[in-house]
Amino acid sequence: MKKKLTFAAALLAASVLCGMANAKQLVYCSEASPAGFDPSPWSGGNDFDASSRTIYSRLVEFEHGKTTITPGLAESWTVSDDGLEYTFKLRPGVKFQTTDYFTPTRDLNADDVIFSFERQWKKENPWFDYLAGTGWEYFAGMGFPDLLKEIVKVDDLTVKFVLNKPEVAFLPDLGMDFASIVSKEYADQLDKAGTRQQFTQKPIGTGPFQFVDYQVDAVIRYAAWDGYHGGRQKIDDLIFAITTDPAVRAQKLKAGECDIMSYPAPADIAGLKADPNLKVDEQEGLNIGYMAYNTTQAPFDKVEVRKALNMAVNKQAILDAVYQGAGQAAINPIPPTMWSYNKEIKDDPYDPDAAKKMLTDAGVTDLSMKIWAMPVSRPYNPNAQRVAELIQADYAKIGVKAEIVSYEWTEYRERGKQKDRDGAFQLGWTGDNGDPDNFLFLLGCDAIGQSNYAIWCNQEFEALLQKGKATTDVAERTKIYEEAQVVFKREAPWLTIAHSKVFMPMNKKITGFVMDPLGIHRFDGVDVAE
Amino acid sequence: MLRYLLHKLALIIPTVFGISLAAFAFVRLLPGDPITALAGERGVSPERYAELVERFGYNRPYVVQYLEYIGRVLTGDFGISLATKRPVLGEFQALFPATLELATIALIIAVLIGIPAGIFAAVKRGSWFDQATMGVALTGYSMPIFWWGLLLIIFFSGYLGWTPVSGRIGLQYFFKPTTGFMLIDSLISGKSGAFRSAASHLVLPAIVLATIPLAVIARQTRSAMLEVLGEDYVRTARAKGLAPRRVIGLHAFRNALIPVVTTIGLQVGTLMAGAILTETIFSWPGIGKWMIDAIAKRDYVVVQSGLLIIALIVMAVNLIVDVLYAVINPRIRVQ
Repeated sequence: MKKKLTFAAALLAASVLCGMANAKQLVYCSEASPAGFDPSPWSGGNDFDASSRTIYSRLVEFEHGKTTITPGLAESWTVSDDGLEYTFKLRPGVKFQTTDYFTPTRDLNADDVIFSFERQWKKENPWFDYLAGTGWEYFAGMGFPDLLKEIVKVDDLTVKFVLNKPEVAFLPDLGMDFASIVSKEYADQLDKAGTRQQFTQKPIGTGPFQFVDYQVDAVIRYAAWDGYHGGRQKIDDLIFAITTDPAVRAQKLKAGECDIMSYPAPADIAGLKADPNLKVDEQEGLNIGYMAYNTTQAPFDKVEVRKALNMAVNKQAILDAVYQGAGQAAINPIPPTMWSYNKEIKDDPYDPDAAKKMLTDAGVTDLSMKIWAMPVSRPYNPNAQRVAELIQADYAKIGVKAEIVSYEWTEYRERGKQKDRDGAFQLGWTGDNGDPDNFLFLLGCDAIGQSNYAIWCNQEFEALLQKGKATTDVAERTKIYEEAQVVFKREAPWLTIAHSKVFMPMNKKITGFVMDPLGIHRFDGVDVAE
Repeated sequence: MLRYLLHKLALIIPTVFGISLAAFAFVRLLPGDPITALAGERGVSPERYAELVERFGYNRPYVVQYLEYIGRVLTGDFGISLATKRPVLGEFQALFPATLELATIALIIAVLIGIPAGIFAAVKRGSWFDQATMGVALTGYSMPIFWWGLLLIIFFSGYLGWTPVSGRIGLQYFFKPTTGFMLIDSLISGKSGAFRSAASHLVLPAIVLATIPLAVIARQTRSAMLEVLGEDYVRTARAKGLAPRRVIGLHAFRNALIPVVTTIGLQVGTLMAGAILTETIFSWPGIGKWMIDAIAKRDYVVVQSGLLIIALIVMAVNLIVDVLYAVINPRIRVQ
């Protein structure tokens, strides 16, 4: 009998071990710890990777690898003729995740959708302040508090958003991370238990993976959610190994400690490509690195001066030295992969002699100015100091003396907004939702003092921007934005520097990973070959 | 002894207030603020900025903010992180064991190698061993930690494959922490291979973190020993015919211990500072990495409270060192 029991125990252990061995695991070396797992209060890409893109879903989704909108939790929608009402039909039978800390008693319905937005919107909502000092920055930053008039439950599976003004980017906005749908039932349960904080520590969503465990600053574990409305994932366990240093991430990938990594350092890419076990995917980034002139200060208030300075810069030298082949010269304020990009526009030619003459003709001699260099490396500009040095040398050739200035990162952006700021200010932008307005708004009159570092308010450009926002027809919007780019290029409030490439090194056994133009890292649809 | 202890404790109170004030001021003297830091390239409108400043209470006079802060600290409330919205003390408690474990192992390595190396270098003064030890110590002391860590990773983890690259334990081991000390938790878990995995993950970061304290301890031990070895009582002990090992171990080393213990105590501060870089390189989830992230995000609450808690710990260690002095040298407690 004892022998039989021992044999049975051994068999059980063996079967458990076999089960463990068969579990498909994917380890992602991520770049930073998430602030929390509620998808809405934070705005970092690493926060979204860890929460909204793994655990949650939205009413509409961005097509995998693209910026076009597809049905998500809403299987269909209609827009009223005046563009003020969006009515969404929810997908029936969508299950919230069942975990050891929550068992849902109902499927997703309109209450969850309304709760997901009202908690970020209405100050009287008890969940508005559930995290002390939460500003719901993305919700506010996308203008939702002014845009939304009301959200109405038509029936359990129909919800209507009423807007104060037409907003053509409203659908793409709903595909963004802050618009992820959370469970009202779970929130109510935590309310009763007096443990609201758990909402961001132990998340519940309808996404492809469910939360298992988080060891602060070290490891996040997820498991495939069996009831996912998009079908169960092929990998069983998804692990984020948080590794802040890019060189160490590269070493971990080479050593097989992770299967895929984010944001390699440019210097490591060649080595990663040379590794026989690895492959490196690459994609044009949905971003732009630019240098904004202060168009309110002389002599940068003159278009000829801005044009002349643009023509003095050898962009190819910057691409070679700083981007090391991982970028392309920027011509327009939106990247070429984005719809409505105006291919007809030609870049200002690199012509120092003509630039010098233009400056003289404009009555500008002995110009001394500042070039601002960011103190940090960003995806759109890996080394702003080096870019500044190259531009400084180019300016010297046309007789312009430039002094490079830099400040601590937050101080830098604050000083950049000052209306009497001297000189040209380097910065950049990475798109949120694939809509051209999400780039062009940076130059809007309303954005002065916020994200319009050129302090440029051009009525012709502004009128086109507003017209574009109020037009629903894509073909018509394309024409409007193409025209806006013509105005931009003619007026030259920025020196458009480059659009960078983004790299994603991974083990060759990884299949199905699609790089996302919005810079998010999604693991649904990914598989690991045996 | 009790009076000595009370005297030392009384000195700690003004120091704590001084440090809390310095930490409070330091974080506010840094350029930028948490609202701008959180906004990123998107920026924040002046109206929104004003609203958030009001909500966080940063528009009030600094004196009011400080008094409110210190009042809360005295009741054990170190505040809520602006970035993660989690209680600072809770975050600290979750992360501190990792730093303590790493620092303890690093200190053990530094002491176990540094003291014997210093003694031998002193006894064999001028020999090749002395020169080599002091040369290595100087190199270790001058080594940039970040570069040194990466070099070890590339060689031992990348090239030789002997040690894991980073982290605290292999990802195949998944268990809830009981003590927060991975070596102990891995043993408690009973999972085969877990302890070995945890230990192997500790090797490189502990060596990197131990490098500077080891160099300092070795040099201090050598110079303290050299001073003592020239004393009359050592010569007398030798003249009496005592075995050299007994002369060095009992007579010379015990008397050379005071400056060495002082140095070891001071290394706690060095370890905390070194942990910031070591933890960043090795993705070690401790308080060093936590503080760096908080400074980058201008998380006032974490920086000011984190600095205060770390300072309290360093002071507690120094108090223990002071007590150890008294144990080693009775003259100190009499004075």
